[in-house]
Amino acid sequence: MANTLVEKILMKNTGIKHVEVGDIVISHPDMFMVHDIYTPYLYETLKEMETEKLDDPDKVTIMFDHCLPTAVAKNDSVHYDAGINLSKKYGIKKVHIGEGICHTLMHEYHYAKPGTVVTATDSHTTTYGGGGCFCTGIGTAEMGAALTTGELWFKIPSAIKVILKGKFKKGVYAKDLIETILGDIRSDGAQYKSIEFTGEGVKNISMESRYTICNMGLEAGAKCALFPADEKTAEYFDMDLKDIEWVKPDEDAKYERTLEYDLGDIQPSLSCPQGVDNVHGIDEVKGKKVQEVYIGSCTNGSIEDLGVAANILKNKKIAPYMKLIVVPASNTIFKQAIELGYIQTFIEAGGVISHPSCALCCGMPYGLLSDDEAILSTANRNFIGRMGTKKSLIYLGSPAIAAVTALNGEISDPREYLEAEA
Amino acid sequence: MEKVFKGRVWKMGDDIDTDTIIPGRRGTIPEMKEMGKYAFELLRPEFASESKDGDIIVGGKNFGCGFSREQAASVIAINGIKVVIAKSFARIFFRNAFNKGLILIESDGVQDACKDGDTMEVELNKCIRVNGQEFPVKKIPDNLLQIVEDGGLIESIKKRNRALKQREVN
Ligand code: SF4
Repeated sequence: MANTLVEKILMKNTGIKHVEVGDIVISHPDMFMVHDIYTPYLYETLKEMETEKLDDPDKVTIMFDHCLPTAVAKNDSVHYDAGINLSKKYGIKKVHIGEGICHTLMHEYHYAKPGTVVTATDSHTTTYGGGGCFCTGIGTAEMGAALTTGELWFKIPSAIKVILKGKFKKGVYAKDLIETILGDIRSDGAQYKSIEFTGEGVKNISMESRYTICNMGLEAGAKCALFPADEKTAEYFDMDLKDIEWVKPDEDAKYERTLEYDLGDIQPSLSCPQGVDNVHGIDEVKGKKVQEVYIGSCTNGSIEDLGVAANILKNKKIAPYMKLIVVPASNTIFKQAIELGYIQTFIEAGGVISHPSCALCCGMPYGLLSDDEAILSTANRNFIGRMGTKKSLIYLGSPAIAAVTALNGEISDPREYLEAEA
Repeated sequence: MEKVFKGRVWKMGDDIDTDTIIPGRRGTIPEMKEMGKYAFELLRPEFASESKDGDIIVGGKNFGCGFSREQAASVIAINGIKVVIAKSFARIFFRNAFNKGLILIESDGVQDACKDGDTMEVELNKCIRVNGQEFPVKKIPDNLLQIVEDGGLIESIKKRNRALKQREVN
């Protein structure tokens, strides 16, 4: 029988030979991630459950990224202390403090490998699907139970197939594709479903870009978003392609819905205030004044993203009074960006560099907006008040849109800019 | 655990949201038993007083949508309901329900075969029987039924941990 990719991964994990949509299966996840937001609640839950020992502490990682360095004196230290206590009490050794955003670290550290099952206490856990990993977010009670027993049940989701063809044109990126898809299927279009990308266009999409796409798949309500494993995946994970070749959907797998996109047809697109699925092509939005630009987050804080922005900003100055904030997603990326001269470029262009963390994406320092200010952000959510007051406006776009917008002081089309440069 | 449930049908429609199940303003009642008295108070005010152990709720599409309010599942369970059948469930509600000791069964078809007040029998992992008709149901893994039987996730893990401890001592 032909299976979707999510079915194949769950079948491998559970050893069950035949599954279909709606079946409930009990998996043994390969890796669990807890980030600092949930450490106090997890600690309490485990206490309530009277758990003294975890099933396998080596399969657990704790990451401090949302509340670090401390932004709110009293609250944030509670999260920090609880995380440290968890690691000490339960012998969790994979502890990452201030090294970057959890979702980025999960694939950088190769914790979320192709063909494996991973779960975490955060909604954007869908990110690692870019590397062919089945990963989805859970709450603290379930995390507590799963850490104790090593088991977690899943319902086999129905799946949406997205066939990709061709190549992005100059000035168009992964962010534009996923926003276009979000605009088409809307924020509930993939509720509880698996979004699976296939087609010859996949090979033209970098690993960083695949992570961007799967990160935002969550905004369509997806349980997971998955790319098949190919040469690029094998190289990223330093694995033999032969071992992960199976990580792809079967030819005749049954999908609830199939969408097709020619990457060459995608236009620069933005999610406009205030809904991630309120998507408009650049032509409808350009010219809109913004006071701030944020390049970072687990969606678009990769070295590739910083490179795209740095190339546009090189030897240029941002618009007068513009606030540009750049946050590399991890320390590794930060160091690379220094070596490659990107950080120098951002500083010389007039930008401010913040430490690798969630930063402004979840309303942490620095750069919070006040009433009637507008921001062009490369993050994944533009919910009301997420980056400042309730009357601030958030536009979401690619790092290229972000960079040209910083230069012009108004939302601009990177294609026009890149053509003029060529 | 018990594999057969028999009781009266509480028939409900599509999109029963968590606010319909338990209004937000009742969500702060500290005692779950007390809160349970207000389950479905706007839609079916007689529910809490008339429902009996083993009764079965039959809903339409998207049962449990709305907020991720965990109490929604608890207030149903506390009224003796063990099984809720619907065409589909909201994702968060689906996970919460099992973790709070409620069995959810997806079935599209029984809705047309029964009306409110009918008697229905659910045989887990086998079928739903009502008015002479049978509808097959999907299998639910034993470990998950164990959680339901133990009265929810936290209780279940606690029980397991205690049993483990006892074995270690002996
Ligand atoms: S960067 Fe934003 S979306 Fe990503 S984990 Fe942090 S807060 Fe969540």
